[in-house]
Amino acid sequence: MDKFGFTISKGRQINYDQNDRRIYNYIIENEPSFRNCIACGGCSGSCSAGNFTRFSLRELNILINRGENDLPRTNLKKCMLCGKCTLICPRGVNTRNVVFLAKQAFKRFDSYAF
Amino acid sequence: MHFDPFVIPFNIGLYFILIYTVVRCITWFRDLSRPDKLRLQRGFFGRAFGQSLKEIFMESLLHRRILKTNLRLGYMHMSLAFGWFLLILFGTIEADIFSQSHLNAPYKAIFFKFFNPTHGQTEFERAYSFMMDFILAFILSGLLLAVLKRFSSRVVGMKKTTRLKLTDKIALTSLWMIFPSRLLAESFTSGVYGTGSFLTGTLGSWLNTFLPSDHLAYVFWWLYSISLGTFFILLPLTRYMHIPIELFLIFMRNSGIKTGDKTGTFSEVQTYSCSSCGICIDKCQLSSSAGINSVQSSYLMKAIRNDDDVFNIAHNCLMCGRCDQSCPVGIELMPIRMIQRREGEGNGDMRTIWRGYFRERQNPALVRVPEEPSFGYLPEKKFRQADVLYFAGCMTHLTPLIKNAMVKIFTAAKENFYFVDEDGGVCCGRPLMLAGQDREARELINYNSEIIWKSGAHTLVTSCPICYKIFKESYHIGAEVLHHTQYIKRLIDDGSLRLNYSHRKVVYHNPCELGRGSGVYNEPLDVLSFVAELQNTQFDGPNSLCCGGSLGNIKIDTVSRNKIAADVTAELTACNPDVLATACPLCKRTLANATDCQVADIAEIVAGEISLIQRKKSRISVLNIRELAEIS
Repeated sequence: MDKFGFTISKGRQINYDQNDRRIYNYIIENEPSFRNCIACGGCSGSCSAGNFTRFSLRELNILINRGENDLPRTNLKKCMLCGKCTLICPRGVNTRNVVFLAKQAFKRFDSYAF
Repeated sequence: MHFDPFVIPFNIGLYFILIYTVVRCITWFRDLSRPDKLRLQRGFFGRAFGQSLKEIFMESLLHRRILKTNLRLGYMHMSLAFGWFLLILFGTIEADIFSQSHLNAPYKAIFFKFFNPTHGQTEFERAYSFMMDFILAFILSGLLLAVLKRFSSRVVGMKKTTRLKLTDKIALTSLWMIFPSRLLAESFTSGVYGTGSFLTGTLGSWLNTFLPSDHLAYVFWWLYSISLGTFFILLPLTRYMHIPIELFLIFMRNSGIKTGDKTGTFSEVQTYSCSSCGICIDKCQLSSSAGINSVQSSYLMKAIRNDDDVFNIAHNCLMCGRCDQSCPVGIELMPIRMIQRREGEGNGDMRTIWRGYFRERQNPALVRVPEEPSFGYLPEKKFRQADVLYFAGCMTHLTPLIKNAMVKIFTAAKENFYFVDEDGGVCCGRPLMLAGQDREARELINYNSEIIWKSGAHTLVTSCPICYKIFKESYHIGAEVLHHTQYIKRLIDDGSLRLNYSHRKVVYHNPCELGRGSGVYNEPLDVLSFVAELQNTQFDGPNSLCCGGSLGNIKIDTVSRNKIAADVTAELTACNPDVLATACPLCKRTLANATDCQVADIAEIVAGEISLIQRKKSRISVLNIRELAEIS
């Protein structure tokens, strides 16, 4: 049975009451254009860091929006702030500031420092 | 008469400010690093001393640089500074010549008329009074401009003037009171004794006809003394501290002290030397195009002085360097802003003592958590031996026409080149540095440096001025760093690249990082005039505009960026050029979004004009010479 090749996926649900939305709120407060994101993935497509590793601003955006901060916390520092995503973004999101603020927010709200 | 109680406020203020300035300068001197101390000592007793005195006369008194940029504003500053200086100088001489004793206390010179009311009877005395009146009139004319400027900055030809805080306003009012109260005090005294020249004499005799001059004179002498005293005591808390501190700055600068990358005495002296003249505000495109009026350099200096939160101000700047280049005091505004951006620096490390009269540097130990490298994921470094490396840069990958053009140029010039970041490379690190994240930037710098070192190339060509600046300044690589415009210029000069001439009209937009940032002005223009008809604009050279797309500003939104870009393109395309040329992929993208005119990089224009007949590359190597010798 264990060699069947399929497993049952772990149950997963997003609980907005428990998730930590402080990071998202901090970003929104200081960079309202973050709301405009339509998750088109242009940022991830053009990303210099994403060329080498798993790093996608689109993914981080969705996760931070949900308040699931574990991956963003470790992944954000991979960003080189090169600014290609800001130029690409069709919705005029100031993505560099989003990353910058997210890093700050993690520093401010977490004991975790990076 | 030798003394009157009304001189007390003036004396308190004067001795306070003298002692304060000396104490402040001594503490600053003590804070200097050892090499800087030596520099200053050497400068003080060396050739720099004469230079500094000249600069103090030309800049602190005559305000030559402000006069050059804005005549009316310059006149305002000059009349107040130079006029006041002359008034003090000739007042002291007057007191020395005409009083009973020599070497008088300063108040005897300032209030000379009060202590010698009958002065002005003989011909010589009358001539001297005329001169003193003339100087006073000179100051008052500048003061009139200053008062009008507060209500409408257009009077002195400025779009905006600096906003003030309460202490600034009180100090400003006391400064404004000084000269009118002197005028009235002297006039009333002259009126009573029938002395005084064309200004005080005439006004005095007229006022004496209907006012009790004798009593009023005393009131205005008190007012004069109180305004002087108040002004001196508030001086350290306001922008007027630049009056004594600028002298110290000039000596330090001429001794060869630089701002560096940490807060220290020199950066602090510079923040105190800012007179908030507002020229930086006028030059700032955030102000003129995007309507952002709280982040300009003079506000940054003020926020640093007042220990306010400078984070947002420091980061909301295009880093175009227009203010830095136009600052009449010569403050290194860009390095100071960069210091404020760096994490762990700037805000919060100063402690204000005694209501802000003294500040103490706390130097908190930086908490450095042992961190994993941020960019540990980067792949194994690939490199290839080549003569010339081409580093396109992140932004160039978004404008593929530029990199294709460069590849075409390299091929046409038959250069042995290696395209370092052909498959999407690693960022140069400057964007991180501009955001104040130096540690992360250093990681990228090390990564790229190794590739460049190992390739053994003698030249590194880059298409992006942002990369160019950091390669030049922060990389220690064995190769010569060239921007592609410089490289193309060389190819043209040594005949490796033959180009056709097109009769298209071209206007050049000078990117900030290339022009003001790295001092490359001529090569792009030379290349352009070689292939096309170059049109001049009023924004050539150091006065060039910022496209608005700058990576230096992490805070402004797209709307503001677009406004700046629209204004810039409107200015540059006013003469209807066929092509708006630039030398930066970021500028190209930003400008192209804002205009219907064709925007192209110089590399593209050159690549389009490559002549089909190229000369064969003739390099006589050592081997060739030997072969030739064997054959012969």
